[in-house]
Amino acid sequence: MGSVVSRFNRVRGKGKSEEERRLRANDRSFNLSHGYANNAIRTSKYSIFTFLPLNLFEQFRRLANAYFLFLLILQLIPQISSLSWFTTAVPLVFVLSISAVKDANDDINRHKCDRQVNNRKVDVLMDGQLKNEKWMNVQVGDIVKLENNEFVTADLLLLSSSEPLNLVYVETAELDGETNLKVKQALTATGELEDNIEALAAFNGEVRCEPPNNRLDKFKGTLTMNDDIYALDNDKMLLRGCTLRNTEWCFGLVIFGGPDTKLMQNSGKSVFKRTSIDHLMNILVLCIFGFLGFMCAIMAILNAFWEASEGSLFTVFLPREAGIDAHLSSFLTFWSYVIVLNTVVPISLYVSMEVIRLGNSFFINWDRKMYYPKNDTPAQARTTTLSEELGQIKYIFSDKTGTLTQNIMTFNKCSINGKTYGDLYDFSGQRVEITERTERVDFSWNNLADPKFSFHDHSLVEMVRSGNPENQEFFRLLSLCHTVMPEEKKEGELNYQAQSPDEGALVTAARNFGFVFRSRTPETITVIEMGKQVIYELLAVLDFNNVRKRMSVIVRGPEGKLTLYCKGADTIILERLDPSCNKLMKLTTNHLNEYAGDGLRTLALAYKDLDESYMKDWTQRHHEASIAMEEREEKLDELYEEIEKDMMLLGATAVEDKLQDGVPQTIEQLAKADIKIWVLTGDKQETAENIGYSCNMLREEMKDVFFVSANTAEGVKEELLNARRKMCPKAAEEPSVTTSRGGLFWVEKMETVQDEKVDGEYGLIINGHSLAFALEKNLRLELLRTACMCQTVICCRVTPLQKAQVVQLVKKYKQAVTLAIGDGANDVSMIKAAHIGVGISGQEGMQAVLSSDFSFAQFRYLQRLLLVHGRWSYIRMCKFLGYFFYKNFTFTLMHFWYAFFCGFSAQTVYDEWFITFYNTIYTALPVLGLSLFEQDVNDRWSLQHPQLYTPGQKNQYFNKKAFVRCVMHSCYSSLILFFIPWASMHDTVRDDGKDIADYQSFALLAQTCLLIVVFAQLFLDTYYWTAINQLFVWASIAVYFAITFTMYSSGMFLIFTSAFPFTGTARNSLNQPNVWLTIFLSSLLCVLPVVAFRFILIQLRPTINDEVRAKARKEALPAPAPRRTLKKRITRRSGYAFSHSQGYGALVMSQKFLLKGHMRRLALFDHRDSPMVQNQPQHYRTITEESESQSP
Amino acid sequence: MVKQESESTNRPDNTAFTQQRLPAWQPILSAGIVIPGFVLIGLAFIGIGVALLVTSRSIQVLELDYTGDSNGSPCSSCSQSVIANCKCSLNFTLTTLFQGPVFFYYGLSNYFQNYRRYGASKDDNQLYGDLSYFTSPSSSCSPYDYDSSKKPIVPCGSIANSMFNDTFTLTWTVNGTTNNVPLDGKGIAWWTDYNIKYRNPSVTPLKNAFNGTVKPINWAKPAYELDASDPSNNGFVNQDFLVWMRRAALPNFRKLYRRIDASGDYQKGLPAGNYTIDITYNYPVRAFNGAKKIVFSNVSWMGGSNEFLGIAYLVIGSLCVVMSVVMLIVYAKFKFPDEE
Repeated sequence: MGSVVSRFNRVRGKGKSEEERRLRANDRSFNLSHGYANNAIRTSKYSIFTFLPLNLFEQFRRLANAYFLFLLILQLIPQISSLSWFTTAVPLVFVLSISAVKDANDDINRHKCDRQVNNRKVDVLMDGQLKNEKWMNVQVGDIVKLENNEFVTADLLLLSSSEPLNLVYVETAELDGETNLKVKQALTATGELEDNIEALAAFNGEVRCEPPNNRLDKFKGTLTMNDDIYALDNDKMLLRGCTLRNTEWCFGLVIFGGPDTKLMQNSGKSVFKRTSIDHLMNILVLCIFGFLGFMCAIMAILNAFWEASEGSLFTVFLPREAGIDAHLSSFLTFWSYVIVLNTVVPISLYVSMEVIRLGNSFFINWDRKMYYPKNDTPAQARTTTLSEELGQIKYIFSDKTGTLTQNIMTFNKCSINGKTYGDLYDFSGQRVEITERTERVDFSWNNLADPKFSFHDHSLVEMVRSGNPENQEFFRLLSLCHTVMPEEKKEGELNYQAQSPDEGALVTAARNFGFVFRSRTPETITVIEMGKQVIYELLAVLDFNNVRKRMSVIVRGPEGKLTLYCKGADTIILERLDPSCNKLMKLTTNHLNEYAGDGLRTLALAYKDLDESYMKDWTQRHHEASIAMEEREEKLDELYEEIEKDMMLLGATAVEDKLQDGVPQTIEQLAKADIKIWVLTGDKQETAENIGYSCNMLREEMKDVFFVSANTAEGVKEELLNARRKMCPKAAEEPSVTTSRGGLFWVEKMETVQDEKVDGEYGLIINGHSLAFALEKNLRLELLRTACMCQTVICCRVTPLQKAQVVQLVKKYKQAVTLAIGDGANDVSMIKAAHIGVGISGQEGMQAVLSSDFSFAQFRYLQRLLLVHGRWSYIRMCKFLGYFFYKNFTFTLMHFWYAFFCGFSAQTVYDEWFITFYNTIYTALPVLGLSLFEQDVNDRWSLQHPQLYTPGQKNQYFNKKAFVRCVMHSCYSSLILFFIPWASMHDTVRDDGKDIADYQSFALLAQTCLLIVVFAQLFLDTYYWTAINQLFVWASIAVYFAITFTMYSSGMFLIFTSAFPFTGTARNSLNQPNVWLTIFLSSLLCVLPVVAFRFILIQLRPTINDEVRAKARKEALPAPAPRRTLKKRITRRSGYAFSHSQGYGALVMSQKFLLKGHMRRLALFDHRDSPMVQNQPQHYRTITEESESQSP
Repeated sequence: MVKQESESTNRPDNTAFTQQRLPAWQPILSAGIVIPGFVLIGLAFIGIGVALLVTSRSIQVLELDYTGDSNGSPCSSCSQSVIANCKCSLNFTLTTLFQGPVFFYYGLSNYFQNYRRYGASKDDNQLYGDLSYFTSPSSSCSPYDYDSSKKPIVPCGSIANSMFNDTFTLTWTVNGTTNNVPLDGKGIAWWTDYNIKYRNPSVTPLKNAFNGTVKPINWAKPAYELDASDPSNNGFVNQDFLVWMRRAALPNFRKLYRRIDASGDYQKGLPAGNYTIDITYNYPVRAFNGAKKIVFSNVSWMGGSNEFLGIAYLVIGSLCVVMSVVMLIVYAKFKFPDEE
């Protein structure tokens, strides 16, 4: 009942929009008076009663359906009704009911989903006690109690929590896709309520706040409590869609419920995407309308002439109807022919397209080769209306983290004291590739080791265990210099909560090599060093930031020794070394270059011993600086700079940012298919560049890689121009923009920037700041031009909005089909902006998947999605359209030719029932068979020859030209189909001398010829004849004859006297040899020229498809691709990359942080965030290997 | 591959259908099929064409126009008068036997029986003998549904109203004696029309069924008097009526009038000699530039004479052979795909 009231109120409230929300805790009557929505949500569109009218209304809003309704009305006017009403009504009802069934099914699913969410239970404070209530009954102003790991019921104002400082931890993955925990803090005033039910029940605070909106990061309001006014901001809000973590309980006041919550406000209407075929179809349908009008006009004019010369004389036998003269007659003829020729706009076109796309979507869902067994995730086509566009992708925009990479870091190599560890060599000194099966180092001597950690070089363990001081110092540094939080739920089961996965990897490495970081307090760090517990006093954390690119800790060892440990970017550290380690620096630099060449992320490590007095002085100055009111940052930086110099180099680490399986191969495949890949990442330039190299997008063979990172518009322009001039010195200064008109009625103006040819391959890396300038109106064409000349484009440090802008830029000026792939909430905007959005599923964040059109678990499935499914879908759709137009035009044009023999009287050539059934029964299934099962070559050949993909990008299979060809072909066929029967029947009789040139026999002959020719054409168009195709075709032919003979039987006439006037036609004419000879002749005459033409075309200009098909015929299976080994790269460059932002250094040192219950739990991050947990051994497989192993 | 069958609840089924691995026949337009195919089809077509042409040539057809446009023609006076049952006659001579069975057709040209409104202008229920439609004919019959005094017309509609009403008798003059050639009018309509589609109301005498109705305006006598001598050929099941009601597909058509009764002298067909057709000229066609003709024809296994099919088969057969040669040349020159 509540929901009814609230919906009513919402409807009422719609007139005046809510300006301010006012509510009072625990006062339902006050809150109800405002008519705020309660917490029930409704995403479904229809109810049982509204389904029929609303759905019909929706459907008739589609142009095609409305057109047929109009036709139906025309047919009810007796003067112009050239066809019985059922010829349109039956197909229309058929089409409408298919759509209605689909809509109903969708809506039932939404109802189920709504019901499930609405019926979740939560504790609500009512009448002084907690009651377990359904979510949908929760009202604005209620106080609810949430427990750990529960979903947040509605948008709540946090009142109190079980944690110190009234903190709660929430995971916002469902809301924004970020998996790290966020902290929310209640007001102290409300925090005092704690879990005192009586106090909470008596709480009568009044909230005034902003009306419902969709801004996730902003909230403004006030809380009035006992005459005190408190400001409320987003930090005190728990939003629906979050999950409570690491918090025993908390209480919240419902501010926004159900549809008003930010989650629901955000989920709003997603943009309805249409494919380029859809757009083409709209244009073609308009052209067809024009064509139809043209034909009808011709008919009307010719009818006027005929009426003047013949009809008026023929009135002896056929008088005109009262009040209709020759002019009116020709006007009526126009409309009559609109009815007769309406089939040029095929009624079942749209519904068939939907069915085909749905079918192809199912094939994507069913594909086992896009199923990821590790987390049991199949690929999913979330939007079922886009499948053929997958075959036309020209640009891919990819996120990096979680999409190209697994977001897992592994400690791979290190250089200690000038010696590198981590590589394996065989006896001859050759480097051995490390695989699954390579023996792992045994860490069982260390009972605190992380069992999931794997390392292959035994010598390092031996060195550490033998007590080598440098090696020990190296790992000591790693165990001390970080901001990781440990969690030890059970003795010996350590979990690290790292802010960046790089750090986690390094600390875990130290742990396994015997330097176990065990626990920390604000002042101390406890480390188990080779089995011995050592407690270090933590004096300072010199935190990481992007300018410093390093972090340091200052600790006092058990013997009182003061040491500064520092890790950071090699370029930065090497500048700050003591001159005494020059020799070591050289060696280490070599190693760093080597690591960088392998695409690893490097850090250099250094230490410095400090003396007591200096430290004392420094601490004093540090304290002063940290409480300074002015220029605090600068002063601190200065101090840090001062102490972090003359350090001693220890070595370097190399962490691998693990790529997802098969990423380089996939990128190579897609590049071969002439798809351009742009990486848009929020990461830093170094990280992005690093990944660019490791996934083979940036290559050593590239002539140059340009960096655009200027901070002014002029600077950016200069850099872009320089890059362009270098690549293409001869190019004109102004981009060549071709303007064309397109879209419906040619009102849309389209500007296309032409592709320019460039010698050699180039790469472009552009920074977020620069991108902001480059996306401005005056520079964006320059950006596009330069970027499109490059093989690879990487945009780093971009905001979600910029991601979308880049996509839109390409969409707008390249007129190319774009695909965006990503996994996080920051990718949502580009996923929505691109023609096709792909979400990586199976990760924790769901936002990207929820707004995507397709989702799967691994980036490498993209090649299968595009090169196999996309290509097939596109081919199928194009074949379908070509064939469908052919079939309908041929069918319709016969009426046109017949008009010249029947006085332009809108007499149909066929039986009305044939017209009714032609599209819906006789030819529906064979066409579907063609367009669901067609394959030119199978999946392996498709992957083997990515070049097969390019015709789709160029829109070659179905375009306006192809359509015109199709119409010409139909003209030819219909001429043959009309005039051959005409010539052979006009003056002949049956073999018993009786009549056969009568209208009914002629109609039967024409329709039989047509049907057989249409099937013969299907035969030519189908490359892949499965049993189902065969069944559909033969069954349709059988059904045609069965229905024909039944309808024309005596029995049907006796039952329905006037409905089936063709009684006896079938048996009287289909037993005549000359009828069959005519059918045979006209069929072959339609088919043979096509065969000859295609055969000669294959000989003269074989397409890539022809070649691969011929090859596939000779060899059963494609040869497996040779396994490639990673090429060694040699260019010098820094491999520094660290996905660390301004850290938790302050928090780690904070006294407050551990104020309460510090013995109990020290979880800042939920353990699931730890990359180490996910660090399962990964298979590295090549794509071909996989396909082999999955074949039966 | 990692085997994790236990938790793979979402793993798609591994069937040939879902994995799109259905076994399939993949025909390809290869030279080995196309070129021999064209040759074979070509040869077969030539064969069929020759057979058809020979058959068609063996059929005898005799066409006599009696419209009477030109002044010299026998029926020119009748064509200009408006007198009912105007008589004229037509002579022709057969020098050899006209092989039987011989069919006697009348033909009309420039006559639009396929005009939409004309074709719709009848009432199937009425013609099926449904008495309720006798009193209220379907509106599709308009303007021939009611006469000026609002009495229903039976049979209604333009088709029935415009029924062909010329009649013919054929006489054979040999050795000075004139014989009436017997004409058989039974079974000239389709069996289904005679037995299923058209029925007289089961009222005896038939005349009573037509009480309160009027005959079609152009008709000389009402439907129940079309053949008063033979009840099984009277009313709606009159064979001439049925033949007329099966409307032609094209504006130039011929309809079966009678068969030459193969008895006596006519067992083998029409013997050589002089013949006279006496025509009762009623049907006006000159108003719309139409023409009327009489056709005598015999038939073969492939029906009436029609040279088109034979010629078409011959031409297309030859084209196929030519085409196969062209394709062979193209193939020899380009050789795609490189086979062996």
